[in-house]
Amino acid sequence: MKKLKKHNPSRIAAGSTRKSVKRYGALFLLPTVLAFIIGFVWPFVWGIYLSFFRFRTLRFTSFTGLDNYKSALSDSAFFRSLGFTSAFTVVSVLVINLVAFFIAYALTRGIRGEGGFRTIFFMPNLIGGIVLGYIWKIILDAVIIEYLGSALALNATYGFWGLVLLVSWQQIGYMMIIYVAGLQNIPGEYVEAARIDGASSWQLLRHITLPSIMPSVTICTFLSLTNGFKLFDQNLALTDGKPFRETEMVALNIYKSFYESTTNMGVGQAKAVIFFIIVVVIALSQLYFTRRKEVQA
Amino acid sequence: MKKFLSIVLALLTLCLLFSGCGGKKDDTGSVYYLNFKPEQDEAWKKLASAYTEETGVEVKVVTAAEGKYEETLTAEIDKSSAPTLFQISGQIALDSWKDYCLDLKDTDVYRELTSDDFAIKDGDAVYGIAYVYEGYGLIVNKKLLEKAGYKVEDITSFAKLREVAESITARKAELGFSAFTSAGLASSSSWRFSGHLANMPLFYEFEADGIKEQPATIKGTYLDNFKALWDLYINNSTIDPATLTSEQNDAAVEFKNGKAVFYQNGTWEYGNIASIGDENIGYLPIYTGVRDEKQGLCCGTENYWAVNKTASEADINATLDFLKWVVTSEKGTKALAEDMGFVSPFKSAKPVDNVLCNIMNDYVEEGRYNVSWAFNHTPNVETWRNGVVSALAAYSAGTGDWEAVKKAFIDGWAEQYKISHQ
Repeated sequence: MKKLKKHNPSRIAAGSTRKSVKRYGALFLLPTVLAFIIGFVWPFVWGIYLSFFRFRTLRFTSFTGLDNYKSALSDSAFFRSLGFTSAFTVVSVLVINLVAFFIAYALTRGIRGEGGFRTIFFMPNLIGGIVLGYIWKIILDAVIIEYLGSALALNATYGFWGLVLLVSWQQIGYMMIIYVAGLQNIPGEYVEAARIDGASSWQLLRHITLPSIMPSVTICTFLSLTNGFKLFDQNLALTDGKPFRETEMVALNIYKSFYESTTNMGVGQAKAVIFFIIVVVIALSQLYFTRRKEVQA
Repeated sequence: MKKFLSIVLALLTLCLLFSGCGGKKDDTGSVYYLNFKPEQDEAWKKLASAYTEETGVEVKVVTAAEGKYEETLTAEIDKSSAPTLFQISGQIALDSWKDYCLDLKDTDVYRELTSDDFAIKDGDAVYGIAYVYEGYGLIVNKKLLEKAGYKVEDITSFAKLREVAESITARKAELGFSAFTSAGLASSSSWRFSGHLANMPLFYEFEADGIKEQPATIKGTYLDNFKALWDLYINNSTIDPATLTSEQNDAAVEFKNGKAVFYQNGTWEYGNIASIGDENIGYLPIYTGVRDEKQGLCCGTENYWAVNKTASEADINATLDFLKWVVTSEKGTKALAEDMGFVSPFKSAKPVDNVLCNIMNDYVEEGRYNVSWAFNHTPNVETWRNGVVSALAAYSAGTGDWEAVKKAFIDGWAEQYKISHQ
């Protein structure tokens, strides 16, 4: 036995690696753990702590208990922004995922120039939100002013659909790539077997394709849902909440109550904590429900 | 080799650690100025390096992006190397920054001020010192006005201004220009109206009611005058009132290219419009019909220096020495007046090469009354102004009514006062 071990270099290597990992593992983890603490844990704890204080800067703070939360919950603009954000998220999740799926479906049929099309559809995602928002503002305003006699800053309905259009344009390409990957991973035997059994293309889509790409659906709905809820740059650049804060989404509302307050930034902080809880609850329940629909390929 | 590498890396880490902590001479102190005006960024940096050359004291100048000063200051002031010199925009800003403002009562720079009107005081203490004095009104293209058959001197009241504007509009096609430049309500221009024009009704109301401090509510006594002015602006302008919110409007360019006679803006705008020629530039008060006789421009400031109380004593002293040098030395006063174009309220200030400033001073010498900057009292100023801008935009486009503007003006004030004082 001893002899065998000596003559098996790979086992020796594996054994010593395991030992090294045991000995030095913590050391190698340290940078990541440190970065995680500095970049996430510490600000997170500090942020929750600060939401109980009245402050303008971090040097001078005074404890006010739940006052910030009371102010936040009595702010009608905050609730209006929550409503607007929810409506926007529902619409954008549906639009983005439906369109992205069908583009992905079309681009896995083997038509000519698929790669080129995928690249083109993906490209808007590479542009930053502020730039995108500003450009779309100019384009949409030109159209709305010319043909509809209004403007983005004057009409919340146009603002809403403008945002949907902008975000769809930006994110459909990204979700499409995920769906394309999912579609390509469907084993050919399934499709072939279904065809031989005489499934129509609708049945094929409904009973073979969709169940097989549920993992992609989970990821895409998760991403578009959280992106929709946390949307900020595009909102700031496209409408800036105009008119009358009617198109203000939650992130922008928090930003404004934080930075536009001349006396107490704690209210913005409290709103951020409330918002965090809402996003976590929604994202986790979405994951739970779509995960249940996933099947093992 | 490995050992050598690890030693080098270890040494490097140590160096980084130490250079992060030490390396600063604490005996002389240094200055860190967080500048507000992006237009003067270059000039401040030049002046700072001139001072360093002369005295050896390090002066760092950082300029916040336009409209982002409060955010930048909030972030910077908590750092261990915080700004030693920053700016506050008026009495209201003292609510936010009082904990950081050094009392400047016994400093040389305060003694150099020509009048206490230019200081932010709280009781005996002096927390802010104005470094630039500005005035806004209606900038006039005299050449175009003469083409339309009028002279600047003719316009002495709101009624007359309206007559001239409407007569120009009636002959717009024939003349080839409009009365007013676009009253743009995109964020790059909306402050001219939600801030500067809105100051007119605020000023007269506060004057009539004897208000000296920020009121919890306002009545909007002179909002009808404000409406008349606004109507005049948008109905005699280069553009359709429905398109005010578009990002494309650029009033300065329209004015420079001779597309309009009147352009509401201030002395700071001189550089942008100087190309029409000094002899063609006129400057009128914004007449409202309330008290047009003897009315002057709207002069004031929202730029006050404040010194960071929480900085080290050496840094505070270095900052005060720097300020004294800026407002008294040949190089400093010259830079303020010539490179930055500031009319500054200091005893040894130099004259400025700016026609708008010269006309502004003429009005003061004529004994006309100053329309001071009542908007400095606005609570949560950004939020309040956004409300007014939205209402003005809807009213102008015909999708909203004037009641909404009144509501944004009066109720918005009360609401923001409550929020900022809770």
